[in-house]
Amino acid sequence: MNISRRHLLVLLPAAAVAWKFVHAGTPEDSPNYQMSEHWWGMLIDIPKCIGCGNCVRACQTENDVPDGFFRTWVERYNVSDENMTTPTVISPDGGKEGFPIATEDGEKYFFVPKMCNHCADSPCTQVCPVGATFISPDGVVLIDQKYCLGCAYCVQACPYGCRYIHPEKKVADKCTLCYHRITKGLTTACCEACPTGARQLADLKNPKDPIHNFLKTHAVQVLKPQMATGAKAFYNGLDGSVR
Amino acid sequence: MNGVEGYMYPNEITLYWSVLIVLYPYITGLVAGAFILASLVRVFRVEAVAPTYRLALLTALSFLLVAPLPLVLHLGHPFRSPEMYFTPHDTSAMAMFGYVYLWYLMAVLVFEIWLDYRQDIVLLSQQSKGVLRLVYKVMTLGSSNISERSLYIDERVGWIVTLVGIPSAFLLHGYVGFIFGSIKANPWWSSPLMPVVFIFSAMVSGIAAVMLLYMALTKLRRQKIDIRCVDTIAMYMFYIFIIDFSLEMLDLIHRIYEADESFRSLNFMAHTKLFFSQIVLQILLGTLLPLILLFLTQVVKFKEIVRERMYVVSGCLALIGIFAMRWNVVIGGQLFSKSFLGYTTYKVDLVTKEGLLAAVGLTILPLFFLWGLMKLLPPWTATSAHTAAAGD
Amino acid sequence: MKDAVHLFRFAGLFVIAFIVFLVVRGYVVPKSFGEYGHYRAAAIGEIAALPVKFAGHDACESCHTDIADTKLKGKHAHVNCEACHGALAVHAIDPTALTPTKPDTAVLCIRCHTATAAKPKDFPQVDPADHSGGAPCQTCHNPHSPAFDQGPAAAPAAGGAK
Repeated sequence: MNISRRHLLVLLPAAAVAWKFVHAGTPEDSPNYQMSEHWWGMLIDIPKCIGCGNCVRACQTENDVPDGFFRTWVERYNVSDENMTTPTVISPDGGKEGFPIATEDGEKYFFVPKMCNHCADSPCTQVCPVGATFISPDGVVLIDQKYCLGCAYCVQACPYGCRYIHPEKKVADKCTLCYHRITKGLTTACCEACPTGARQLADLKNPKDPIHNFLKTHAVQVLKPQMATGAKAFYNGLDGSVR
Repeated sequence: MNGVEGYMYPNEITLYWSVLIVLYPYITGLVAGAFILASLVRVFRVEAVAPTYRLALLTALSFLLVAPLPLVLHLGHPFRSPEMYFTPHDTSAMAMFGYVYLWYLMAVLVFEIWLDYRQDIVLLSQQSKGVLRLVYKVMTLGSSNISERSLYIDERVGWIVTLVGIPSAFLLHGYVGFIFGSIKANPWWSSPLMPVVFIFSAMVSGIAAVMLLYMALTKLRRQKIDIRCVDTIAMYMFYIFIIDFSLEMLDLIHRIYEADESFRSLNFMAHTKLFFSQIVLQILLGTLLPLILLFLTQVVKFKEIVRERMYVVSGCLALIGIFAMRWNVVIGGQLFSKSFLGYTTYKVDLVTKEGLLAAVGLTILPLFFLWGLMKLLPPWTATSAHTAAAGD
Repeated sequence: MKDAVHLFRFAGLFVIAFIVFLVVRGYVVPKSFGEYGHYRAAAIGEIAALPVKFAGHDACESCHTDIADTKLKGKHAHVNCEACHGALAVHAIDPTALTPTKPDTAVLCIRCHTATAAKPKDFPQVDPADHSGGAPCQTCHNPHSPAFDQGPAAAPAAGGAK
């Protein structure tokens, strides 16, 4: 293998010039990555999720997520005909090693991956007393772990349970939509690892992103719409029993 | 499975707000309540409770000095707390803590205490020796003017400070209620009634605390308890307690009637996980029983000694009941899953920085501060314009 | 007014404290705070500069072209390399720094393909014990193109770059 190809590996096509700036820690200066050109979200396609847990493991690897806490997790729902409003839900270790076998009992089962919804009107950023958590100009809710006090108010304010206090760093932690990857033209670790395309990164501002067509042609929902959080994780095929 | 029944979102299984976060609203509640009792004398001219005026202020200050400690122990990075002063986030109720606390401490409580005690301070600065003399001298801010005119000005300014102090006290404790009441994610907390319930229960606890301290200290000083004073305090406590109980019942009835999506889960929690702390401690022993006892003292003319004992029992039960209320709000709000499908358990540690020993220590610490403050600024002397002659 | 001097001194303490506060604040508040909103703008860059652990399938396919070609024609076309092979950015940047180990099919394949009532009905799933009688998956299936009607099934995956 010759040298030029090795260098090509490092300098991924879309992020060739951007890498320099992004690596330096100033993606806003990168001519290829302009924060104002992006508005990030995620598409989660429920009928495609097989509950393999690849996403949970990949996220843990990519982001050094501590054991017992989850930046993303998968839930398995079991809805019976007699009681459609109270499903049985399990998430063994967040679904990290998959799920136990469900016997054929004629009931409804499906998997629901959960993550931070990167809400446009997020209640978590509203309650932070010092401005340690915020939504970036490109729509990603992030935590400034050098500024966070660890008061856990944001953890209480999130309706989706996606935040936690990092047991070692003692600051708030959660899904960053793999910001360090998407600003380099890569996709998130969970989307990269998903074998069925149940999770797909979406750039709502990019006219070429297939999300626009998908949203037009499918019935999508967000979790807990009554909370009016402006959630940007869109679920296709979400059952009414999902909490 | 680690204390979980049903389903909890994985990150919800640990409780993030511990018994120290229960203690914080309890302590600021005592501060606000004690101050309201003091304001009864200053602003509403209820002379009967004058013997407790200075004690109420010193009690408020003792507890206020301890109030930030549970928060500091809880924070993951306590040394970053100055950020709340330097970059407070204007959409966060918690961000106002730093400023409201400082305002209440310096511009209300310390100011009012200083104005009321200034004559004593000047005299003590002239009579004391050694380090104590220096301390008093500093407290005089270099002015030994205790002429009638200056004392009159102090009196007038003090009146304004108390007047401003009443809404300030409501803000100091009400914002804590708002911290919980404004969280739409948590249906156990989210309610416009929350700040109001917090304030009224705070008044009950603060008034009860000062009443009990007054009775205990008077006995320790081998003096006679001013029964008219205690009768009046108990009367106010009774009526405020009725309002507090009504508000809590209103919240409960509203919940049961509307029965929204969270109701089944919360109802189950209240009857199982919170049965002892809510039904038994908060409602039966902590509210209904003291209310009955106080009601009886209002309608039946018991002997003084019997009344005193009934007040002591009511006061102690009220203090326990209102602590239980804070527990049920803070801990209860974290025991159920936001999926409404499960519950977790709170295991209180013993010796960690957020454990039981820390909580007990922080509850007792204000009494040490009070002891020290009473030595420095004796509440019952002849020069105070607001202490009644009886009982000295 | 001399009877109120002490009050002015008390107020003076507040003024001094306020001035000290403003001075300290000027030093302590991070420079980038407030640039985009009520937060430290430099945090965005710090988060963006975190290390990447998964290289992304584009990086793999630019070297392993033959496997990429095989895979793209088969049922695993959209199963990215690192979904099975794990995080390999280290290998992508310097192939000699880390040689990936072959995944254990006994664990890997069955995680996705074990039959359960919970999986979507149109997803290929089997009972592993019944299906192969204990034989490892790659005995019959090429992991890079596992379906039988898409070419030689018995050829195991060839490793290494060309």
